[in-house]
Amino acid sequence: MAKTIPVKIKRQDTPHDGSRWETFDVPYESGMNVTTVLQRIAANPMTAEQQSSTPVAYDACCLEEICGACTMVINGRVRQACSALVDDLLQEQADSIELQPMTKFPVVRDLVVNRQPMFNSLSKVKAWVRVDGYHDMGSGPRVSEATQEEAYPLSRCMTCGCCVEACPQFNDHSPFIGPAAISQAILFNSHPTGAVDREDRLAVLSDAGGIADCGNSQNCVKVCPKEIPLTDSIAKAGRDTTLYKIRQWFGR
Amino acid sequence: MAKQHVVVVGGGLAGLAATMRLAEAGVHVYLISMVPVKRSHSVCAQGGINSVNNYTRQQGDSEWLHFDDTVYGGDFLQHQPLVKEMCDWAPRVIDLLDRLGVTFNRTPEGLRDQRRFGGTMYKRTAFAGATTGQQLIYALDEQVRRWEADGLVEKFEYWDFLGPILDDSGRCRGVVAQDMFSMETRSFAADAVVLATGGCGLVFGRSTMSMICTGGAAGRAYKAGVKYGNGEFVQVHPTAIPGTDKLRLMSESARGEGGRVWVPKKPQDDRDPRSIPANERYYFLEERYPKYGNLVPRDIATREIFDVCVNMGLSVEQDQLCAYLDVTELSPETQKKLDGILEIYEKFQGADPRQVPMKIFPAVHYSMGGLWVDYEKNTTTGGLVLGSQRNQQSNIPGIFVIGEADYQYHGGNRLGANSLLSCIFSGLIVAPSIENMLHSFSAGNAEDQPISLFDGAVKEHEAHADRLIKNQGSENPYQIHKELGDSMTRNVTVVRNNDDIKSTLAKIEELKDRYQNVALSDTGDWTNQNLSFTRALGDMIMMARVIAQGALQRDECRGAHFKPNFLTPPMDADDPAELHKQAQRWCKAFKEKNDRWLKSTIAEFTPDGPKMSYESVDTSLIPPRPRTYGLKGAEIIDEVWREMGAQAKTEQQAGAGTAN
Repeated sequence: MAKTIPVKIKRQDTPHDGSRWETFDVPYESGMNVTTVLQRIAANPMTAEQQSSTPVAYDACCLEEICGACTMVINGRVRQACSALVDDLLQEQADSIELQPMTKFPVVRDLVVNRQPMFNSLSKVKAWVRVDGYHDMGSGPRVSEATQEEAYPLSRCMTCGCCVEACPQFNDHSPFIGPAAISQAILFNSHPTGAVDREDRLAVLSDAGGIADCGNSQNCVKVCPKEIPLTDSIAKAGRDTTLYKIRQWFGR
Repeated sequence: MAKQHVVVVGGGLAGLAATMRLAEAGVHVYLISMVPVKRSHSVCAQGGINSVNNYTRQQGDSEWLHFDDTVYGGDFLQHQPLVKEMCDWAPRVIDLLDRLGVTFNRTPEGLRDQRRFGGTMYKRTAFAGATTGQQLIYALDEQVRRWEADGLVEKFEYWDFLGPILDDSGRCRGVVAQDMFSMETRSFAADAVVLATGGCGLVFGRSTMSMICTGGAAGRAYKAGVKYGNGEFVQVHPTAIPGTDKLRLMSESARGEGGRVWVPKKPQDDRDPRSIPANERYYFLEERYPKYGNLVPRDIATREIFDVCVNMGLSVEQDQLCAYLDVTELSPETQKKLDGILEIYEKFQGADPRQVPMKIFPAVHYSMGGLWVDYEKNTTTGGLVLGSQRNQQSNIPGIFVIGEADYQYHGGNRLGANSLLSCIFSGLIVAPSIENMLHSFSAGNAEDQPISLFDGAVKEHEAHADRLIKNQGSENPYQIHKELGDSMTRNVTVVRNNDDIKSTLAKIEELKDRYQNVALSDTGDWTNQNLSFTRALGDMIMMARVIAQGALQRDECRGAHFKPNFLTPPMDADDPAELHKQAQRWCKAFKEKNDRWLKSTIAEFTPDGPKMSYESVDTSLIPPRPRTYGLKGAEIIDEVWREMGAQAKTEQQAGAGTAN
């Protein structure tokens, strides 16, 4: 008989229900990833105990690790299901694969969570360039290669949630906005036009839930799938908010 | 008077561009999307966005040449006024994106850097690493978030569009959508509805498209009466990475930056590719197309890879069809510009493409066809009358379609880096058209329509969902989808033969019947993804029929649509005089083929299947010509075609002279 992999999944029917574990034996395919595993379960939702179950609810979209949708906790580590290859997972932990929803957001169902708070944080830090309008006003400001090379990595943040999942300070009894939003504030402050809202962003970062809540565990930068230098952004935010507060004391 | 609203369905580049532009004009927008808009499929676009620029201009490039490349690339199947307007706007679109903070790559002087893409000789493509689509959508997502904070945009993310609401006169008055978490179904009254719902790659099972690209939304609009144009024109991208869940794109930018496609001359040569000497490698694109080389348009590159791997038996591997895409010889600086895509290969294939040539094969990538839209031609400029209510409006009043979901701009084949442009362009121009419609509204606002209109539509969709949930059958929706995708990919992609297409049409009929017996494995009323998928599957089966039927009827070769049985035979004479005669016959056959087939396929929904008709194409600005791309041995065709053109002109003038 073909090889099967036991896949243990933490399931929850609605936001108000408790959770339970179910195990599915999924036939192994060469090159398969966790998304394929979930697709195979959806096509045949039969547990290892031969009980018929329901397809596991999960988020998935691009399957190229660029949209950020399929983030979940896989073998204890937060990451995207699409780029989590079964062969690699079996090397980490030979006997089974374990899937759980992220723990820092309300569970909607099974592996689907509601990450709206992260998008709200982007609004809070005004993560946009406030242009006059969308009519033709010529090209944007000149940008040096060095500046582009600093901005581009920050701009690859896909709001996937890995950094806040790994952050000990980000939880439901803290207002901390988390590394992703701080890094976006720094990105837009560094843009020549974006900088018009610089003081507003620094005000948010100086306030409750801002930079002072960072505990400097540096977990965020370790789990970021896009290797965004989040701790550099946080350090910069620390310096900029200090100067901002000094400016505030001097009334300007 | 009730307030006016616009519904935008889909939050990719087109939907976001339309939303921000409408909000800027003070119009209230409901933005409905199956996923948080930031995760839309536009993020997958890698290589860049085209426009004439200061650099290419000095090499002789112009808006007109961009236009010419686009229609030549599309094999003349697109209405030219739309394309001309788009290419005229392209530099301004990129300027706007630049102002919005897109992290375009820069030159040492701080200007935007450009790379070359397929189907052109110019470096027209602005880019942000190899994740340009992601960077563009983020810029527009940020702008829309700004308008959301101002209260002009209300987002409904994780909502599935179920269909438009039409009043007795046939005008669209809003949409019905379902919350994919709570499964609540509700109506949205709207004075205009913009569909920006992308392509339908999932009809082919696995493709380079995202999981949301089912074509479900387009199918629902089609079923409600919106015409569907050129469905059979589906782009198969030459270079993708095979995978169990999807076929991941390996951007054309890899070739734009100097990557080369080759196979070992010895079939299934098992040596390390790096140790195979240059003279034992077959760089077939460079040898067959010396002018464009690796940057021939996608349909041609795809067919050549297919030919070399399948017909010549030169696939790199025995059990899996593939060719090498080689960027190992590029400098580290150049490779760095491709980091975003090289990382994808590395992550999913476990090999470093900077060191080892990548193994690639063609995959379904883009729907050139789509929902039918109108336009108003500006007779002075040859472009569009901007702000005309006809622009991007479908045959159902009040429904507009933009982006990949519409059937225009790309004709028979899309050029690389033109889709980001057409998406943003159509999104930007639809807004003034809608504004003008809202201002001149005489039909009463949507909110003033009887409540029964909206409630009735909601009930209909609820009943449909209920039927699916309660269906007592034995068919598995995922199995039906797999069979549909396998048959469509086998018979209706790169090489098409009528007998094969007929067998797929029979398969589609079988699947349609089996779909009636589909059983859901989840019958719950909370976040039921099984229901959303199965509903979309019904639409996919319907759209597969539109695509396959269009392909069956079109007995010619044009762009991505290739039927070897209807190929004008190539010339083979050695004697120059005979070769010239053959070329004359070839050009005559080409002209006859255009007289017969240079027209768009239009499908209209009927319960018995699509009703097909054809629409003539506006080629008033650039006359169609043979599309050889400098194929070795085909130079004589271009020469003879020019001669014939000159001769026709002389005769015309002589004729005019006699008449005087």
